[in-house]
Formats: sequence, C-alpha cells, structure tokens
Amino acid sequence: MAVDMNKKISKGFWVKLVSAPILMFAFAYAMVPIYDVFCEITGFNGTTSRIQSEQQYVVDEDRKVGVGFFAMTMGGFPVQFGPKVESMEIVPGEFYTTSYIAKNNTDEVVIGQAIPSVAPTDAALHFKKLECFCFNKQVFEPHEEVEMSLRFVVDPALDRRIKDISLSYNFFKLEG
Amino acid sequence: MTTATATIPHGVHHHGPEKGLMRWIKTTNHKDIGSLYMWFAFAMLLIGGALAMGIRAELLQPGMQLMEPQFFNQLTTMHGLIMVFGAIMPAFVGLGNWLIPMMIGAPDMALPRMNNWSFWILPFAGGILLSTFFMEGGAPAFGWTFYAPLSTTFAPDSTDFFIFAVHLLGFSSIMGAINIIATVLNMRAPEMKLMDMPLFVWTWLITSFLLIGAMPVLAGVVTMMLTDRNFGTAFFDATGGGDPVMFQHIFWFFGHPEVYIMILPAFGITSHIIPTFARKPLFGYSSMVYATASIAFLSYIVWAHHMFLTGMPVAGGLYFMYATMLIAVPTGVKVFNWVATMWRGSMTFEAPMLWTLSFVFLFTIGGFSGLMLGIAPADIQYHDTYFVVAHFHYVLVTGALWAIIAATLYWLPKWTGKMYNESLAKIHFWWAVISVNILFFPQHFLGLAGMPRRIPDYSLQFADFNLISSIGGFAFGASFFLLTYIVVDCIRNGKPVSARPWKGAKGLEWTLDAKAPYHSFNTPPSRALIEAESQHSA
Repeated sequence: MAVDMNKKISKGFWVKLVSAPILMFAFAYAMVPIYDVFCEITGFNGTTSRIQSEQQYVVDEDRKVGVGFFAMTMGGFPVQFGPKVESMEIVPGEFYTTSYIAKNNTDEVVIGQAIPSVAPTDAALHFKKLECFCFNKQVFEPHEEVEMSLRFVVDPALDRRIKDISLSYNFFKLEG
Repeated sequence: MTTATATIPHGVHHHGPEKGLMRWIKTTNHKDIGSLYMWFAFAMLLIGGALAMGIRAELLQPGMQLMEPQFFNQLTTMHGLIMVFGAIMPAFVGLGNWLIPMMIGAPDMALPRMNNWSFWILPFAGGILLSTFFMEGGAPAFGWTFYAPLSTTFAPDSTDFFIFAVHLLGFSSIMGAINIIATVLNMRAPEMKLMDMPLFVWTWLITSFLLIGAMPVLAGVVTMMLTDRNFGTAFFDATGGGDPVMFQHIFWFFGHPEVYIMILPAFGITSHIIPTFARKPLFGYSSMVYATASIAFLSYIVWAHHMFLTGMPVAGGLYFMYATMLIAVPTGVKVFNWVATMWRGSMTFEAPMLWTLSFVFLFTIGGFSGLMLGIAPADIQYHDTYFVVAHFHYVLVTGALWAIIAATLYWLPKWTGKMYNESLAKIHFWWAVISVNILFFPQHFLGLAGMPRRIPDYSLQFADFNLISSIGGFAFGASFFLLTYIVVDCIRNGKPVSARPWKGAKGLEWTLDAKAPYHSFNTPPSRALIEAESQHSA
C-alpha cells in the first residue's frame, strides 16, 4: 500500500464535471433563439423575410418567375381561407400586391395566426414582404368575410435557375 | 507478481460482499454494480425482444392480423426506446463498470456511491416506461424519435410518464459518464500513461464525453415537450411562434452522438478480442485512439442527415452529406486496423472471436448502408423505409449487441472463474448469425422497393420478404433462450479456469485471480507489468 490509490477528486475537477452537463442542458434551450436567427439569415425552413420600405432594385423586364399561392388550415381552424388569385407571373425586383380571402362561417369570434412558408427553400431568403396579414394575428368576426392583403417583392438576386416559387400559409387558431 | 491481492496481508484490507439482498441494494462495488447493470440490460433485452416478436408476428402476413394499428405503433415505439435506453446503453455501462477499474489497475470506481445511485435509478425509469402500456390511452405510440407535434399535441397522456422516464435515464447516464471520466483520469495506475490505456478504456472515456455532451440536450428537449404539453409554452407549436422542425434539430443534435455512444465501446471490445485470438499485437493503436476521437467530434456536426426531407437549402444538404461521408474515413481506419491485426496472425475461432469477426463483417454492411442513406438525393427514396430499419439494425444488433455478447463470453471466465460451454456457444453463434441475417437482410430489399417503416400493414408485393424476415425474427428471438442457458450454466457448472484462460490475451485484468477478487488492485501495477500486458506493444 505504498501509493494512495484513492486520490481525492479536486474541487476544480468536480466543478468541470458537473458544469459540463448543466451547460449542455442550457445549450438545448439556447438552440431555440439560435435557430430563429439562423432561419432568418439563411431562409432555412422556408422562412420569408420582412422589409420596412419599398427599395429600388435593378429590374430585368424580360425575366419572369411564377409565384403560386397556397392556403392550409390545421387543427380544426373554422375559417375558410384561400388566395384570391392562385398564381401570378412576376418580374423580380418589382412590387406586387395580392390578397387572401377568409370567411368565418361560425357564430363566434375566431382569432388566428398565419404562418408562411416558401418553397424551394433557396428562394425563401429572396421573397420579401412589405405588408402581410401574417405579421399580426387576425380577428374574424362571426360570418364576416375579409380580404387580407399582401405586398411583396422577389429580390433579383434570386438564383436564375429558380423559375417557380410557392408561397403557402397555414392558419392556426389562437385561444381568445 | 502472480496476483495483486496475494501480496496484501489479511486484516489490512477488509471483507468481501455483504450477504443477502441488501448486498445488491447497498453495494458500491464496481463488480456488483457491473453485474446489476448487465442483468438489468439482459432483462430489458428480453422484454424489448418480446415486443419485436409482436411486431414481426403482425408483419408475418399482409393485412391486419393480431392487433390494432395503434397498439402496433406502441410496440415499435417501446421496442426502440427499451432497446436503446434499457438494453444497449446499460449493457455498455455494465461492461465499463466491470472492466475499466481492472484494466487501469484501480481498486474500484472513483465515485462508488454515485455509481450505486446511477444504477438504482434505472429499474425505476424502466418500470415507469413499461407501466405506460397499462395506462389509459396506451403507451407512447409516436416512434422512438418522438417527433413533435405527434408527441406534444397528439400524444396520449402517458407521454408525461415517458418524459419523466427519459429524465431519469438521462440522469443515470450522465452520472455514469462522470464516474467513468473521474475513474479513468484520477484512478489510473500512476505508471500508466494515457497512451498506455487499453482501447476499451479509451473508447469508454470518449463515449463519456459524448454522453455528458448529448444526454443533457435530450433532457432539454423532453423538458420543452413537457412544458409545451402542460404549461402553455410553444417551443414546437407554430401557433405560438414555435417550430416543429426545430424539435428534430434539437433531437438529432442529441440523437446522432447517441448512435456513437452505442457503438464506440463496441469498437473498444473488438480491439481487445481480435489481438487475443489472432495472437498479434493490435495494429495501429494510436490511429485507433485518434480515429475514435475523430468519430466522436464528427458525430456532433452531422445531425441533419436524418432530416434531408424536412426542406433544406441545397447548401445545407451538401454540407451534411459531405460531413456524414467523412465519418467513413476514421471508421475505415478502424476496420482496416482490425483486418491488419489478423493478417498473418495465428488465428483460432473460439466463440468470442466468431462473434467479433461477424461483428466486423456485418457492422461494415450496416456502415455501408449508412453511407447510402447519407447521400442527400438518394435519401429521398430511402427515407423512412425498411431500408433505414435494416441499416440501423445491422449497426445496433450485429454491431453493438454482437460486441456485448462477444465481450460477455470473452470476460465471463474472469468474472466467474469458470468457463462457458464452448460447443453450445458455437451452436448459439451460428444459430444467431444465420437467423439475424434472414431477419434483417430482406428488409433492405423491402425498403428499396418502398415499404414504409412503422406501418402495421403492407401491400401484397412485400409479402414474401416479410414472411422470410418474420421467420428469421422468431428464430433469432428463440436463440436468446440458449444464450441465457449458456451464461447461467457457466455461472453454476462451469469448469474452473486459470487466471488467463485465453492464451493470447493481454491486459491487466488477466493478471488478477481466475475469478477476479472483490477489490481489483490494492497496490498499483508496476511499469514493467503495464508494459508486459500492453495490447499494442510487441
């Protein structure tokens, strides 16, 4: 028994051993804001971007891109909801306005939130919205039909290989 | 030096184990706890296997035969959870407990009381998980990956028990990992340098770092599920500004390191058994260490290859594809090192060696199908098909489980001081290795033809391969009765062995008594002994 085999674990070592798992637990939560920022910067997951004012782009009039508009509702959302026009042919760099129409067929007030998604994902970063009903929650009075507008531009920086973009909205019910 | 304990006068170092049941409840001995872990894992293996028999019975023929689809989903979910968290992971922790102190010349683990705690959490966690079968609404049925919103908005009430069980399992694993790190870094024989350590110790040390990095992330994601389900948060709920796809990112940030947690110790075991039965030092020891560390690092940066179909920019798909392919390089280093170890060796084919050789071959098949799945454009075809099922069963059954069985047979003489029945073990090996291939190989074809996973029924063109697969499944399941007999027979009636029952075996554990003494090394082994027992110096 010449050597003491039961060396004490130093305080510093303990601190490291215990803090590593705690830090990783915190990291799981840190991934939530990191993910949001990552999606905004890269357009990952079809996240569209929002702009504050009409900026000028160099417009190539000969270039055309098709934009398709889609609507979905989930989780028993009671409001009928769809695009006013189903597709448009647009020129990247120019601003367009279109709208979605929603009709509340129930006798109750329904509050909803629309979540947009753009496909293909490489187009998402270049699909910029100046005005959108998805920026705020929407309140639908009983039996009311509303037209909700959308003003957008597709940045000419969009990859030239992309000829068609789909924009879809998914409406979710919010609790009063 | 014949044995370490023989040099210690009686009375200086005390006592063997306590008698009766309290021995197992109160024990802080690494061998007792190792045995508890191994028996627990074996019990869970049999339970998880029984669930798999239910799955294969339902899939024996097309059409709904035996159960409701909802119950089938419960079976697949619980089978996955029990095998991953109840069988494979505890079995490796058990092997680590048994072997690491003996391999590094230490008397016991560094934190024996925590060791006791981390084991005794497990039966409760496993019990809670299994009890969900008997709850209203049934057990979790959303797949072992528990993707939101299936596991949040649409899940049965028992999901909260599942979450608590995962918390407990995570605690147990993290404590086990902390214990192993502390043991390896603090309790190693003073004369043993890091690069003298046997590979099982190295792979477990690296696995421990994966565990303390990944398991807390799992705890985080199930905590988010818990608050989403019960406390009005909206991490994964688009209504409240959350995102279900983010669940998959966080889950796989844990999930990918997790698959290496389940295979790195197997690599270590293989690196012990092949040199023994090839009677040559391990080829490329230091490259093995660096390859293990590289695999561990890469495992943290490839997670989204599980998510190619969630909608990802081309650049993202390319990055995750290339990073995934990169893992094949260090893994290839290992496989070639094992082959080079056998090259011109005087090989014999005792049962542990048979299991290990088939591990190398079959795990490599699983690795290659993994490469196929890693090709982002091809994955569109393979995703969520039986090809994926075949892939991960080749790496987890004929990979991780094979190594566990090989290790059990290889070190059983050291644990019990007795030898198992070699001819029965050989029969068991051939029975298992043939049936496991009948079970899983046809699933590759089913997947390529488009049969989806997690579905209780299938269209008629899949009927033949499913029938073959199910027959293989029943035969493979039955083989575990023989394994049980072999192990129990060894413990009860095995012939006594010498301290080094395998002639070519090297390692400090073989310098202990035939049946390893209750306390391993009370005096640290000398430099000369460490060098003589090194598996990698000629």
